[in-house]
Amino acid sequence: MSHRILDAGDAALTIEFGNVIDPALLAAVNALDAAILRLQHGGGLPGVIESMPTFRSLTVFFDPLVTDRDTLLAALQPLIDAVEHCTPTDGRHWQLPVCYEGEAAPDLAEVASTLGIDAAEVVALHSGTEYLVYMLGFLPGFPFMGDLAERLHLPRRSQPRVRVPAGSVAIATGLTAIYPWESPGGWHLLGRCPVPLFDARRASPSLLAAGDKVRFVPVSADEYRALEAGLRRGEIDPMQWCVADASSASEAAA
Amino acid sequence: MNARTELEIVSPGAFASIQDDGRRGFRRIGVPWAGVLDRRLMRIANALAGRPEYAPVIECFDGGLHVVAHGGAVKLAVAGDAVVEIDDTGGRRQLAPWRSLTLAAGEALRIRKMDNGRIAMVAVAGLDVPAVMGSTSTYVRAGLGGASGSGRALTTGTRLALAPATDESRGLDRVLAQAPAADTRPIRVVPGPQADHFGTDALATLVSGNYRVSAEADRMGIRLEGARLEHAGAAEIVSDATVPGSIQVPGAGQPIVLLADAQTAGGYPKIATVITADLGRLAALRPGQTLRFAAVTATEGARIARATEAETRALIASIRPLPADGVDLVALYSSNLVDGVVHALGPEYRPLY
Repeated sequence: MSHRILDAGDAALTIEFGNVIDPALLAAVNALDAAILRLQHGGGLPGVIESMPTFRSLTVFFDPLVTDRDTLLAALQPLIDAVEHCTPTDGRHWQLPVCYEGEAAPDLAEVASTLGIDAAEVVALHSGTEYLVYMLGFLPGFPFMGDLAERLHLPRRSQPRVRVPAGSVAIATGLTAIYPWESPGGWHLLGRCPVPLFDARRASPSLLAAGDKVRFVPVSADEYRALEAGLRRGEIDPMQWCVADASSASEAAA
Repeated sequence: MNARTELEIVSPGAFASIQDDGRRGFRRIGVPWAGVLDRRLMRIANALAGRPEYAPVIECFDGGLHVVAHGGAVKLAVAGDAVVEIDDTGGRRQLAPWRSLTLAAGEALRIRKMDNGRIAMVAVAGLDVPAVMGSTSTYVRAGLGGASGSGRALTTGTRLALAPATDESRGLDRVLAQAPAADTRPIRVVPGPQADHFGTDALATLVSGNYRVSAEADRMGIRLEGARLEHAGAAEIVSDATVPGSIQVPGAGQPIVLLADAQTAGGYPKIATVITADLGRLAALRPGQTLRFAAVTATEGARIARATEAETRALIASIRPLPADGVDLVALYSSNLVDGVVHALGPEYRPLY
């Protein structure tokens, strides 16, 4: 697959497969990421600190006192060359509850009127698609997911909010996301998900990973409150919403 | 029974937090490294206090940090061009930084102000902070690290519990042989990763004029003001990874340099990246100060990283026991203090453009 090597200072470089959002590019990124992780864990990439996969590129962070750009590129080139022969691994499948009602959905009516459809149809479209987690970023555990149904494509809000509540399920520019933290934000808020996306006490603090698939399941405001309370008390394990895990199944088989 | 030895934060000053070398391995889930903005200062402070070089320290901005010892003696060390004041049985007196000192119970240390830069590191013998995701570094946005592990910056009344004194921390106080000279060379940058998203003159513009540090300068990044950098097309890209030192340029054409707490991905084109060796002194610039950039290759940046590491090691190797004869360190060091404006082209600078 065609790619470019971009310098990101003296301690990082980026392998760029393209400049658009495209599942084919993501498959290449994730295949290269998996190959780099394997080699790194086997001790084959001295000086590599970590890698960061995005929609369309992978950035490798390294210690310039241990390795350098040219040594690293020589070690990475065979992995980059092999990427086109990789078949993407299937991530986990999630079905996450979302309340699309009342104060949990502050922009739903406006989005519906802008798009010229009714609110129920917005909810049906948003919850009727299984989304691919393209990458995590912006905030810890923040999943960029796509692709939205064409009917739901909207630019960001012209006036970003100073405070978007944690758990907000939002859309903008063909993508959807869940805000793991209260933060400023410019996306349209369609609902609220009670499941914490980030917990530093977990071995894997982010609930979702790049390559996972997510479907949203509408719940009522009462169900939302019950789920939120149960999660807060630790009576509900967020893993219950992980409905299929192809990656661990294949590892167990191997 | 001995009372617990603690260090109380009487005031954090402008902003103070516990930091170490940062949290690695989680950028892929959106967690930045955090960690000290200037690693050299952390390593010197810890070495002066008899601590491992990468142990957690108190990183503080500008003046105002005020701490007091409780329950027992506390050995501290200050790195950075700070004006340090001690309040002890002898009354108030000023001390030079770049040394360790021992507070008896009830005695206090204050950073009155910074003579140069805006960051000082205070190493504390026995400081024992829980690691969260592999690091004690405070990352406020996600509630990670810090004194209690929940990501809060230091506030008035915080009490840091200290481990009992070791032989190392009971030893003589120590001092750096000479305060590091202020480095006024340009801030070196490697062009890219998105230099091609800008007009042909943009890189030349970036390295030819002064940029001023605006009031928006914190642990996430520094917004600069200067000659406008023109994009060739759209001022947006499909988000990709940022690194500490990324110089992103939003539509208005004014650059923002990302630092330790910056978001891990971004949608603005990045014209260049500050090299690791120069990131600490850039982060230490105060609002209103000006700087210049110079372009180097990634290979040259790595060479500078190695040379800078050798300088840091030499500085740490120069640490020696504090002379007990009352040498006036304030006077000794004042000859080395210069203003903090970074403008002169250094001897090793070779222009790329």
